[in-house]
Formats: sequence, structure tokens, C-alpha cells
Amino acid sequence: MDKGKGVAMGRRWAVDFTDNSTAPSSRDIPDPPGFSRASADQDDSTVSRQKKDAESNWKAQKAWEVAQAPFKNLLMMGFMMWMAGSTVHLFSIGITFSALWQPISALQGVGKVFEPYKDSKVDLLGPKLLFIALNLGGLALGVWKLNTLGLLPTHASDWVSSLPPAQEVEHSGGGMPLH
Amino acid sequence: MAIKVFLLLLFLSCSHSVFSIYQDQVGLMDWHQQYIGKVKHAVFHTQKAGRKRVVVSTEENVIASLDLRSGKIFWRHVLGADDAVDEIDIALGKYVITLSSEGSILRAWNLPDGQMVWETFLSGSSPSKSILFVPANLRGDKDNPILVYGNGCLHAVSSIDGEVVWNKELTVEGIDVQELIHPLGSDVIYAVGFGGLYQFDSCQLNAKNGELLRHEKAEFPGGFSGEISSVSSDTFVASDAAHSILVLISVRDGAINFQQTYISDLVQDFSGTAVLLPSKLTGIFSIKIDGFVVFVKVIDEGKLELVDKIDHGAAVSDALPISEGQQAFALIQHEGNKIQLTVKTGHDWDDDLVKEGIKMDCERGLVHKVFINNYIRRDMSHGFRALIVMEDHSLLLVQQGEIVWSREDGLASIIDVTTSELPVEKHGVSVAKVEQNLFEWLKGHVLKIKGTLMLASPDEVAEIQRIRLKSSEKSKMTRDHNGFRKLLIVLTRAGKLFALHTGDGRVVWSLLLNPLRESEECSSPIGLKIYQWQVPHHHAMDENPSVLVVGRCAHGLDAPGVLSVVDAYTGKEINSLGAVHSIVEVIPLPFTDSTEQRLHLLIDANQRAHLFPKTHEAISIIQREFANIYWYSVEADNGIIRGHVLKDNCILEVSDEYCFNTRDLWSIVFPSESEKIIATVTRKSNEAVHTQAKVMAEQDVMYKYVSKNLLFVANVLPKGIGKIGSVTPEESWLVVYLIDTVTGRILHRMTHHGSQGPVHAVLSENWVVYHYFNLKAHRYEMSVIEIYDQSRADNKDIWKLVLGKHNLTSPISSYSRPEVITKTQSYFFTHTVKTIAVTSTAKGITSKQLLIGTIGDQVLALDKRFLDPRRTVNPSQVEKEEGIIPLTDSLPIMPQSYVTHILKVEGLRGIVTVPAKLESTALVFTYGVDLFFTRIAPSRTYDSLTEDFSYALLLITIVALLAAIFVTWVWSERKELQEKWR
Repeated sequence: MDKGKGVAMGRRWAVDFTDNSTAPSSRDIPDPPGFSRASADQDDSTVSRQKKDAESNWKAQKAWEVAQAPFKNLLMMGFMMWMAGSTVHLFSIGITFSALWQPISALQGVGKVFEPYKDSKVDLLGPKLLFIALNLGGLALGVWKLNTLGLLPTHASDWVSSLPPAQEVEHSGGGMPLH
Repeated sequence: MAIKVFLLLLFLSCSHSVFSIYQDQVGLMDWHQQYIGKVKHAVFHTQKAGRKRVVVSTEENVIASLDLRSGKIFWRHVLGADDAVDEIDIALGKYVITLSSEGSILRAWNLPDGQMVWETFLSGSSPSKSILFVPANLRGDKDNPILVYGNGCLHAVSSIDGEVVWNKELTVEGIDVQELIHPLGSDVIYAVGFGGLYQFDSCQLNAKNGELLRHEKAEFPGGFSGEISSVSSDTFVASDAAHSILVLISVRDGAINFQQTYISDLVQDFSGTAVLLPSKLTGIFSIKIDGFVVFVKVIDEGKLELVDKIDHGAAVSDALPISEGQQAFALIQHEGNKIQLTVKTGHDWDDDLVKEGIKMDCERGLVHKVFINNYIRRDMSHGFRALIVMEDHSLLLVQQGEIVWSREDGLASIIDVTTSELPVEKHGVSVAKVEQNLFEWLKGHVLKIKGTLMLASPDEVAEIQRIRLKSSEKSKMTRDHNGFRKLLIVLTRAGKLFALHTGDGRVVWSLLLNPLRESEECSSPIGLKIYQWQVPHHHAMDENPSVLVVGRCAHGLDAPGVLSVVDAYTGKEINSLGAVHSIVEVIPLPFTDSTEQRLHLLIDANQRAHLFPKTHEAISIIQREFANIYWYSVEADNGIIRGHVLKDNCILEVSDEYCFNTRDLWSIVFPSESEKIIATVTRKSNEAVHTQAKVMAEQDVMYKYVSKNLLFVANVLPKGIGKIGSVTPEESWLVVYLIDTVTGRILHRMTHHGSQGPVHAVLSENWVVYHYFNLKAHRYEMSVIEIYDQSRADNKDIWKLVLGKHNLTSPISSYSRPEVITKTQSYFFTHTVKTIAVTSTAKGITSKQLLIGTIGDQVLALDKRFLDPRRTVNPSQVEKEEGIIPLTDSLPIMPQSYVTHILKVEGLRGIVTVPAKLESTALVFTYGVDLFFTRIAPSRTYDSLTEDFSYALLLITIVALLAAIFVTWVWSERKELQEKWR
């Protein structure tokens, strides 16, 4: 029986009196007269649909909540970064690297985070996109911090600082006479 | 990026780095050797003295008192470079009297401790021979004045306080005094000399007041050569102007008699010239006749008699009075690898007091000088000791046929230095040694741990120090991983090569270079320079490295040159070329042949270039690069710098394909009335530069103008060439130039008004630092010029740089005329400077330090950061982070930054830095009269553990940690098991 997990959770056991099958051929006995299978079906399905709606609503809500979670993180990170200052030392490097690492690991586990809220009725794209966007924002913050620390090769100086001097074509020697 | 972070961290960690060491680190990586130079005069002090000593004066202007038992220096004084010692003697048995500066400064030094007692300046009118006559005063109580003749004036100086008792100008009388005689206890002083070319003069002066009592003259028609030798108190020998007649002069009762003897009558088959040797023997004199030394005895009535004729390589000592009326002198002759010391008495030639044969190292060459001293043996007979000065300037004491001690004093006069690697360690040799010393090794480390944990007793601390100092590791004869162990190959003025080990400074081998010894072709050879000839690496690993020694046969630029190639491991001469063309300039080329021999161009006086080595391979290499080889000459006297280029093969009588004509390409003529060249400096050809870019604050980048063809020239007004203060600030200036020596282009010119030389400069990478005197501020100044290539500055597009689409590493030509900009700044500096050098490291990453040889004969290390033209009074935060120091008007001198710590390198002349293999470290060798070696790390040793790092402690810690891990693991397993059973 496919039952919503959220609803079934509270019960120990259940007997299902409803017969969901629509085709009479499933039983040997014909339906009693006046019995309309369709109406009974309808009744049952409205109940379950309501349940399902509530469930998916709840799921969607949760998913949005999960998706928004990195925002708080972002704020905290920003505060930490502001505290760390813009000089290179152990603390600022640690903060920056954690700021970089957190979004990356979160992005790697996007699927896992939204696993519980997977539902055919629930559209997870929105929350996922928000989650990714917020994490990317965090990453960007980290990269920006890295840059303010001067650790990103964004200047010409970073690319030429280890260039050896150019060779000279001509060679000249001499000087004052040896004495 | 990693490098940047690393460098930043590195910089932060050492922003206050100074070179300083702890007390117990002295002698760990440095060594100091004291020398005195070639001995000119020696006076023994052995009578009734507890410590027997010999006082010597040397050609390096050193006065020293040496222990006669061991040759160690009791005390030593190095006089100034222009204060040459003329004579020394001992007065009153307690003062050493020295006459220096051509007879114008007389000093007395306390004999036991060398303190100066008094000093007297003696003035005179005209330069003359200087004579010091200290009266023999055996009792030492009566003050007999010292007689000094110098600058044409005779002075009597009290030996107690140095006061001038009287003086007498003898130039007025027209005498050039050659000999002074003052018989003991007499009131009359006799002075003999020449008045002009033909006249012989004899004077008598009152010893009390200097009054001229008598003055006789006599003319000799043949003329005098100027040499005179006294035979007795009233008989002299002189030679005539043609050096062919000996004139015996006797002065008796006021009458001067001449007696002539033709040398050809005395000596058979005499030809050429005879030179009278200055010797003070009674009745005997010696003359040098081409290749021989002839001893002539004066018999009564002025007859001369030939006594002996010996080989030229002999040395004769002065006479030594041994008993009443008896004199002895020493004679040294060479016999193969032995020297023969003979001590003879003056009156009887055939009577040998001593005859000893002494084995002598043939690398010491001939005997140049000998001084003797006597002592009384137990059996009351006379024993003699002889102090011998050899051709290589070494000093030996010989007694009873043995060399008691020897000193390598040739090392006091080093001309040039180069280095060589040591052989690579052969594997499998040292294992047994290690096993044998395993116990010792462990013991040493246990002691070290005790030391680190501060558990060691004072005895153990001393033991630790002893182990550290005597570490055999540093004096091994093999290459080490860090490149600290090398050979320093030095050329001395005597023409001897020494290889010194950098670990402990010992002489590994020495070689008296035959081409640099006096010979018939080479009358007065001099060594000029050493070059690295063969530095094997890569494919020629089996070959030994070798050095090229360049010399010249005589003074003067057109004298024939001498070349010699010496193996740096064994000290054997591989190849030598004597008396080739003249050598004015040697240009090492940046090419090597297949055996790693470096190609050199030797420029002769006719501006022809000779290729060396003379092989076909070398020719083919040079043909390939023919158009790119330039050379320049600096004519300091004419104020011209010329650039030349190779043209074609020489046209000589004998065709020589290794000789090239050159053609003038450009010339820079300085106005002779306003500028005179006083200093030129170029970059060291083997200097490593890590990068061409200089990153400024705010990530800005500037490109250094790094060129090997850069020449720094300093000119002053011709008037201002003299001493500091000889001109006023208004009529003096210093003009400095940076010149490209390929094209002759002047890259930068700057004038310092009111400044004067001498200029000491150093050029490295893209900067010059120079030192001069500012007459207006009455202070020394140091200036820095940094030169940047502006034509590359627009290489700022990151994408081009990322993709490598730039031309920053493509070869550049001086003819592309890059646009340059310079930055300059000047600072006051406290010290007078003798020489400046800069540290060089293997890759050129480590920051640089200037090594300044100060007037106090010490070496000061000064960070280049102090000489950064971007210093400002208030640097911004970013600039501070970059390491820019706030600008001050003078350069700071921190006492801790003396590389030589408490030591002095007397007579400092040069500083040589050699990179070690370890990037952080440079080796520094300083030479003068003394030698000093150390290694320095301008940014601290960021790439290695310190010397006193306890490996054993590390090992023990690791083992303990591993054990702890194991124990806790077992423990936790057991606990878990118990948990499961519950």
C-alpha cells in the first residue's frame, strides 16, 4: 500500500478497509446492486489527496527552510571575516579557508540535503536553486576574502613575479687594464 | 601563490633580522687567521728575557713581536698603507724603535706588550735614504740618543721620551748620507755619503749638540753608482757609475783616499754589471754578479781578495757580534730539496761555526733573507738559530738542523680569490667510520640533549662546546649537501697559490707557480688574477676543476703575459704558457667547450683579442657568436671609455687563427677639465638573479633593467682627486654614469655637487650603491640608484600573462634601446669605507645584504632594504607590510650586524662572497693581512634547521609518541572487549 510516510508515522498498525481497485474483475463476486464503485472511490481519494497535499505542503515548506539555511551561515561568515581583518595571519587564513570549504562541501551534498523532501508533487527545483545560489554566494564571499588578503592571482604581478630575467643577445666584458 | 605566502610569512618572521651570533657560536662556522707578511727586518731579543722573542717589520707595514719558541704573535701593529717601516731596532732593552714613512716618523713601543711609548715626527727638506742608528747600550741606564737620518736631516732623539735633542740639516752641506758611524763612547759622529755623482763626503759631528766639526770632500772622476758598503769604521767600498770598478775609500785623519780595483781583475770572465750587496761584515763585502754572489775580503793596504763565489740563490745575514771583536754571519745555499746553513766568523772564512743541512719543501722556493741569533750552549760553545724568509714570503725558524716552526705569511698579501668545489663523496667509504663512532655519536647526542634540557654540568657544557667546535664534519675533504665546504683558491703576491678549506681554514695544498718566479725572460713577474677555468658539471663530471692564473712578466701594460692552469684538487700545474703576448684585459666569455673549459679572450696592448684555450672547438664556438662579442676599455688617464667589437683574424708574420683584430665601435670622452674617472664597477658575471619583476605595494609591478653589460662610472673634478678636504665644496663634484657597454649608451647621469671621492661602489641586479664624501655636510654619504625597464611596463594584461603570450622572456638586445627610468636616494653613513661587496646566493631569491669593510677593519652587514629608493618618511600601511622602512637621514649601524663580531681583519683589502648550495646562505671570505671566513644568512636560515638542533631529541619524541599510540590502542581494544561482555 502506498501510504504517506508522514501520516503513517503516528500509528502502530492499520487495517485498510477501503478498496481502491476500480476494476470489478479483481473479484469474483459482482458488486452488490446500488453500489457504485466510483463514488466510494471518489470519497476515499479526496481524503488521501487532502492528506497528501498537507504532506507535500509540509515538505515544500521544509525544503524552502533548508534552502534558506545557508543565508544565516553567510551572515555569520561575513561577520567573522570582518573580524578577521585583511592581513594574512593564521586566523584570517583559517576563516577564509573554512568560508571556502563550507559552500563547496554543501554544494557537493545538494542531492543528499534535499533527499527527504523528494516527492513527485513537490517541486524541489526552486529550493535547490536558492540553496545553490546562497552557497555560491558564500563561496563568492570566501573568494572575495581571499582576494582582499591578496592571495588570488588577479594581478599582473602574480604572473611575472617568478619570471627569470630575459637572456641577452650581446655579451660585453672588459674594464680598466689589469694591474 | 605558495611562494608568495611563503615569502610573506618569511618576511614577517624576519622583519627585524640582524646578523648576530651567540657567544658559544663563535668559531663554529667562522675562522680567523693572523699573519704579518714578508719580513723585512728582524731583531732578536733573547738576552735575559723570560720569553724569547723576535721583533719583525714586514712589507705589509706590520710590526710584530713573535714568540721564538712557537712563532705565535705576542703583539702586532699594522701601520697605515703609506707608513712603510724603514728600520727597526731595540733600544734600552725595553723599547722597540721603528722608523717609518721615509724616515719621518720615529716611534717607540714597549717590548713586552707592544704599547706605544712615544712618537716623534721628524721633518726634513728633501727625500733621502733613511737610517736609524741605535747606540749599543748594554747597561741600559745612560741615555744615549738615537740617531736618525731622514729627509736630508740628522736628528738625535732621546730614547727615553722621544724628544729631539738636536738636529742638523745635512742637505745644506750638499751631502746625501749613506752611512752613520758612532763609535761607542765617542763624542764624534761620522757620516759619510755622496755629494752629487762624483763627490764623496765625510763629516764629523759633535754627538752632544750636532755641531759640524769637519767636512771633507774628494772627487772621484769615474763617478759613483750610489751603493756603498762599510767594511770597517773608516773603510768603505763603493762601485763606480759603470758598475765595473770597485772603489775602496778610506777616511783617515781627515784625508780621503780612493783605491780602484777592476772587478774583472778579481773575478774571471766578468761581464755585465756588479751590484754591491748591503752587508755589515767587518773586512768582507759581497757583490752580486750575474747569477753569482762574490765575497771579497779587504786585506791591509787596500788590497782586495776574492774569498768565495757562490750561486745566486744564496742569502747572507748581517754580522752578529758573538764575543769581543768576533763576528759571525750566516750563509744559506740551496742543494736540491735541502738548504745548507753555514755560520762563519768574519775574520776566518774557512772556519765554519755551524754547517747544517735542512730539508726544505720545494714549494717554498729560494731563501730571500736570513737573520741569525746566537745562544750559549751548556758547554759554553755558541749555538745559532736562524730566521729564514723564503721566496713565498713564509717565515721559518731553524735551529740545530730542524725547522722549529714555520708561518705561511704569504697569505698576508692575497691578490685575488676564487673558489672551487670539493670532490663528490664516494659512497661506501664512510660507513665503517660511522659504525666505529656510533658510540661517540650517541654520547654526543645524549650530551646535547642534556644541554638543551639544561641538565648539563659546567664540565659537560665545555665538552659540548668542544665537540661542536671540533666537528670533523666541517673539515672533510668532500662536497657537502649544503655547499658549505669548498676550496678557496688564493693567489698571493709571492706568486704562490694556496687552497684553503672553508671549514677550518687549513692549507690543503700550495703551489709556487713557476711562471711567476723570477727568471731570465721574466725579470719581475707579478700575478694579476685568477679565473675559474674549468668547472665540471653535467657531462664532464670526472674531470677535476681547474683555475687559470694570469700574470705579467714586469710592471707596465706591454710586458709579456704569463698564463697557468692549475688543477684545483691536487694543486698541480696542468699547463702553462710563459711570455706570450701582453695581457691588458681578460674577458671570460659565457661559453664553454665540451670539456667545460671556459673560453677567454685575452686583450693585448695593441687591442688584439686572443682566444684561449687555443683549440679548434673554441674557434668554432666563437665563430657562431662572433657578432655578439663586444668589449670595452676604460682609459682612466685620458678620460675615455671605448667600445670595441671583434673584426677579423690578425695579420701577423705567423698566421694565428686564434688572434682577432678589433675595431672601435663607440667612445665616450669625458671633458678632461671637469671630469676624471676614479671608479668603475660592473656586475659579477656569475651572479644569479631570480626574477626580472619587482612587485610594489598595491600589486603594482616594475621590471628591473637586469643587464650584464651595465657599467657604473664615477667621475670627479680633477682637482678633487686628492685627499678629502683638499678642495672646497664649491669646486668639487661627483658625476656618476650608468653606461651600456654594448652600445655605449648612457642610461643615467647624475651629479652630486660638493662631493668628493674616493668612491666605493657595488653593482648588483638592477641597482648600484656607492659611497663618497659630502663636503657640504662634512659626512660620508651612500647613494643608491635602481634602474627599471620602462618599455616592459605595459605588460599588464593578465590574460596574456596567463596564456604566456608575452615577450618578457625572449632574448633582448641592447640595440632595442629600452626606455629606462631610475630611482635614487642618498643617506648619510658614519664609517669610512675600504671596500663594499654584496652577498650572493645560489638562486638570488634571498634578500641581499651589503658587506661594508670599514676603516676599523671590520665587516658590517647592512640590509639592502635600508638602501631602497622607495623609502619615505611616512610609509603607508601597505608599504610597511611590504617591508619599506621609514626614511631616516642616516643609515643605522647596529653593533650586532658586524659579521666579524669582535675580530678585526687587519689591513682589510677585499671581501668575497660565494653562494652556498643552500639558498639562504652565502659564504663570506675577507682578506687583508688577516683572513676571516664565515657564512651568513641575510634572511636567516629559513631553509634548514639550526646547527644545534637535537635530532636525537626529535627521534626520542617520535619513538615515545609511537609507543604511546600503541599502548593506548591496546588499552582501548581491551576496554572495548570488556564492554561487549557486559
